[in-house]
Amino acid sequence: MLDRLASPRTGGLAALALIVLLLPLALRNNYMYEVAILVGLNAIVCIGLNLLIGYAGQISLGHAGFFGLGAYVPAILAARYGWPSAAAVAASTFGVAVLAYLVGRPILRLRGHYLAMATLGMGIIISIVIATEDRLTGGPDGMQVPPLALAGFVLSGEKSWYWVVGALLVVAVWLAQNLVDSPHGRALRALHTSEVAAEVSGIDSAGHKVRVFVISAVYAALAGSLAAYYAGFITPAKVTFFHSIELVTMVVFGGMASTFGAVVGAAVLTTLPQALTSFKEYEMVAFGAVMMATMIFMPKGLVPTLAARIAARSAPR
Amino acid sequence: MSAQFLQFLLAGLTVGAIYALVALGFSIIYNASHVINFAQGEFVMIGGMATVSLAGAGLPLPAAIASAVLLSAAIGLALQKFAIEPARGAPVVALIIITIGASILLRGVAALVWGKNIHALKAFSGEAPIQIAGATLVPQSLWVIGVALAVVALLGWFFRRTLLGKALLATSHNRLAAQLAGISVRHVLLASFGLSGALGAVAGVLVAPITFTSWDIGVMLGLKGFAAAVLGGIGSGPGAVLGGLALGIAEAMSAGYVSSAYKDAIAFVIILAVLVFLPSGLLGARGAERV
Repeated sequence: MLDRLASPRTGGLAALALIVLLLPLALRNNYMYEVAILVGLNAIVCIGLNLLIGYAGQISLGHAGFFGLGAYVPAILAARYGWPSAAAVAASTFGVAVLAYLVGRPILRLRGHYLAMATLGMGIIISIVIATEDRLTGGPDGMQVPPLALAGFVLSGEKSWYWVVGALLVVAVWLAQNLVDSPHGRALRALHTSEVAAEVSGIDSAGHKVRVFVISAVYAALAGSLAAYYAGFITPAKVTFFHSIELVTMVVFGGMASTFGAVVGAAVLTTLPQALTSFKEYEMVAFGAVMMATMIFMPKGLVPTLAARIAARSAPR
Repeated sequence: MSAQFLQFLLAGLTVGAIYALVALGFSIIYNASHVINFAQGEFVMIGGMATVSLAGAGLPLPAAIASAVLLSAAIGLALQKFAIEPARGAPVVALIIITIGASILLRGVAALVWGKNIHALKAFSGEAPIQIAGATLVPQSLWVIGVALAVVALLGWFFRRTLLGKALLATSHNRLAAQLAGISVRHVLLASFGLSGALGAVAGVLVAPITFTSWDIGVMLGLKGFAAAVLGGIGSGPGAVLGGLALGIAEAMSAGYVSSAYKDAIAFVIILAVLVFLPSGLLGARGAERV
């Protein structure tokens, strides 16, 4: 038992659960809860995206599109057609999974910058459709989202949302870690190193890439649904190219191929703009400078770089 | 050919020429360093905005344009020198994020220096429209197409006839071999960023009288330029020009005949279709990957 706790996998998961449990002691007002919930939701997207970028080595510059569909589809189904929350979320998540499969099959054959372009194009098309179809989505002004109700219980208040998002975050990390250590995860790492070598040893690289693309899209869509229900209001701002970039930056900033790195990246880059609002007009300048500096000085990302430093210090000389 | 069709064609050629210039900027940097410079659109913005503010400060237009192009080239050099060079050997995603960070930084600085208003630049030679077979053309369109043609010809001469141009080509084919042949790859990379900065700024100055300019026009123009570069096959000069023109014309036709609200989306639909059926672009290098 102690051995298992000491291993980075179970130990990390336990540490994360502990942080989620103890964090409310430090959260003094609703605003701080709100930031914590946003961190949790972004972290869920980043865990999924990290499976795609960090483990499988496939870039996506369009995940805000999946996040946006996850937010808008349940909102439209609930507000315009009166669907119950659970059915609306289930339908939108399933819809996004199907879309990711249909889009992923042809475009995941592309590599490097071509894949970046294809995913970027897909994300922009989704954001333009959402901004243009204003009869359904309210256009650039956004739309109201009815509250999340499950079996007659309406989820409201920062504290209840905090526990729901916190619990889902722990589950998301646990699922991702299991996936990484499964045959599917090993196949992903193999095709990341060399697709040809992986195929020669009998790995269906196309199938595995599409599967992880669908999984990461489902993570993004679910987080999008929760974000929409939590805020009670959505605008196309969360579906833009810029938001896709923010998500990828969180993953790379925290550290690729590190599930906890994705969580740390989401935490730092979600709280940073909140901290920078006191600089007002310098916010963008500072955000851009932080992005550049991290990648120049820590190209592997925060968590792997720090882990390597600690390991180097504790190693016998 | 109906007048309406001609009208759309001319509009498409004008925008397409701008996309072609931006795409050439992407291709030059990509060839030299294998980096996709997502800050390319910001060069376009800097060119337009700097010209507007310098001309507003009383500088004659040609001097304002020249200073703006030089400023943008200097920013390109600085980007390579202080951001890309120190990150040598970083993974592609890290490099992509560095250039995206640079674009956010530049946009932020532009908003601080020039404000967030939309600015107009006076057309170079009046606004009186020219009639061609029933279609109308603003004189600025002729400037755009003419200068773009001149730039393409100049680039062709640069890559074929000058030592620096040949060094750039050699570096793009094989960096190590170029270095062994005595080419200073460091200088070649600097030159490619400076050249791309200048190209972007030229595009920005040319388009400013037609579409106006503001601190955030670089985002969409940069993405469209990238799309044009990919459409033509990234790294190919003729491909970038062809891709830019094809994208511009397709966009103008679909805005005219299909739906102007979906004008921007249609460009990306075309890109997706091309990528699915021609995975390395119209004129991109074909062949198997070596292991």
